[in-house]
Amino acid sequence: MRMEIRLAGFGGQGIIRSGLILSMAACIYSDKNAVQTQSYGPESRGGSCKSEVVISEGDIDFPKVDDPDIVMLMSQEAYHKYVNTAKKNGTVLVDPHMVQDRNDPPNLKIYDVPATKIAKDIGKVIVANVVMLGALTAITKIVTPEALKNAVLRNIPKGSEDLNTAAFEQGYAYGSELVRKQGKTEP
Amino acid sequence: MVDESRAVLTGTHFMSGDLACAEGALAAGCQFFGGYPITPATEISERMSRRLVEVGGVFVQMEDEIGSIAAVIGASYAGKKAMTATSGPGFSLMQENIGLAVMTETPLVIVNIMRGGPSTGQPTMPGQQDVMQARWGSHGDYEIIALAPSSVQEMFNLTIECFNLAETYRVPVILLADEIIGHMWERVKIPPAEEINVVSRKKPKTPTAEYQPFKPDKDLVPPMACFGEGYRFHATGLTHDEKGAPETVSAEVQTELVKRLADKIRKNAEKIVKAQRVMLEDADVAVIAYGIPSRAALSAVREARKKGIKAGLLRLVTIWPFPQELVSDVAKQVKAIVVPEMNYGQLVREVERAAKTTPVILLSKLGEEPHRPSEIIEAMRRAVK
Repeated sequence: MRMEIRLAGFGGQGIIRSGLILSMAACIYSDKNAVQTQSYGPESRGGSCKSEVVISEGDIDFPKVDDPDIVMLMSQEAYHKYVNTAKKNGTVLVDPHMVQDRNDPPNLKIYDVPATKIAKDIGKVIVANVVMLGALTAITKIVTPEALKNAVLRNIPKGSEDLNTAAFEQGYAYGSELVRKQGKTEP
Repeated sequence: MVDESRAVLTGTHFMSGDLACAEGALAAGCQFFGGYPITPATEISERMSRRLVEVGGVFVQMEDEIGSIAAVIGASYAGKKAMTATSGPGFSLMQENIGLAVMTETPLVIVNIMRGGPSTGQPTMPGQQDVMQARWGSHGDYEIIALAPSSVQEMFNLTIECFNLAETYRVPVILLADEIIGHMWERVKIPPAEEINVVSRKKPKTPTAEYQPFKPDKDLVPPMACFGEGYRFHATGLTHDEKGAPETVSAEVQTELVKRLADKIRKNAEKIVKAQRVMLEDADVAVIAYGIPSRAALSAVREARKKGIKAGLLRLVTIWPFPQELVSDVAKQVKAIVVPEMNYGQLVREVERAAKTTPVILLSKLGEEPHRPSEIIEAMRRAVK
């Protein structure tokens, strides 16, 4: 089955890195096919930024996201631009501290994950994307937590393993808790 | 520590198109890279700057793209397989020296990861706007080879093919990719070194005193000695005779040289041209695509078949020399041809010329998003109504 995931925020949040981590978790650590594409502006930080991942057991002809099953939104601009792109009954993860102006459309499973705040509490706001990926793994089960954790460790600088592992674990725990409260969503 | 066995990283990898291109170059035996960083091709330079050193090659970051292509020509003349990588603005700067490489019959590879133009345009966004520039960018009459990859695996495979073609025909070869493919991450299989077909330029067999650097064999390609091997070798951008001596007034020499430079590609076009035919046997509407739009086209053709539309795809791997015959064969069979391109209509003109009376529909796309499969299906549906 083909699964489409769209991740969006601003440059500097690790949006493109998150897409890479997720696609590596699927391609290298889960033996599926995965393609990651990206879109960003010429500004390295602050500009809008989007990463798209397609995961499938079969061949992936069209590598871009057309009708996303999962959307992860980490900025106000990303929310406005992409919340409506999720497919009917699709799963949407929102960082509520980054997105204050809300108008949630109906027919979506929306999960609020305060990833930026959790990351700040752990010690570094830059791991907010890993918190988000932890929650995404718990909520969507698109890859196993082990696969995602391995992919995280492959993508981070030496010396930041503990920080990133903590970020992943806390995100995963938060996501599991949300599933308990709001109900499960199958990919 | 130099370890030449590191040139081929046999195994299964997850990498971007740019990285796979660099690995393809190394697997083909590339030993020199001269370049200037530019989005979205910078990752190729970055990778080459680390990897070339490992395998005993040379990486030079030049002062600009004019210097880059000049250095690559020099490295090739010194006997090394050499390349550069750039995008639209850099490709424009290289045009004059691409002509020099054509005239001096210098094997080299130029990678152009196309972004949105004209001018500096949209640096981080995809485009296929340099298709005609690749063909006609430098002044004068000439033929050139350009290949268009549509996957990360092809970024690896076709980079090797570019080197092989450059070495076979003593001509600059362009890998014409787009930003999406360059920055896209996908699975890549790198075979063992002994399974990779690597071609090197033919060397002169004549005694050094009798060698004429521009005297062609039957295939119209002259054997190539390298500087420092003991041969007398004069190379010039001026029209020259078979010895390489300038001949700036003779109509005969001009005619003979210009025709040969073109004919060594034209007469070998059948050997050079590669394309993929998908479900064309009974098709009554065809998509002709290259690069990133061909991925949407493949998906569109499969979906259209499920909806009862007899659709097929001709995916062009070689775009220059243009696969005239393959396109006209398809045109004879179908009612209409759809051409999705990420520009405002470039290769479609060649398709129209080959298609003669068969209607050709351009699906133009500019900016961030490539064609969706549904748009191509809709165009096919309208075409066969």
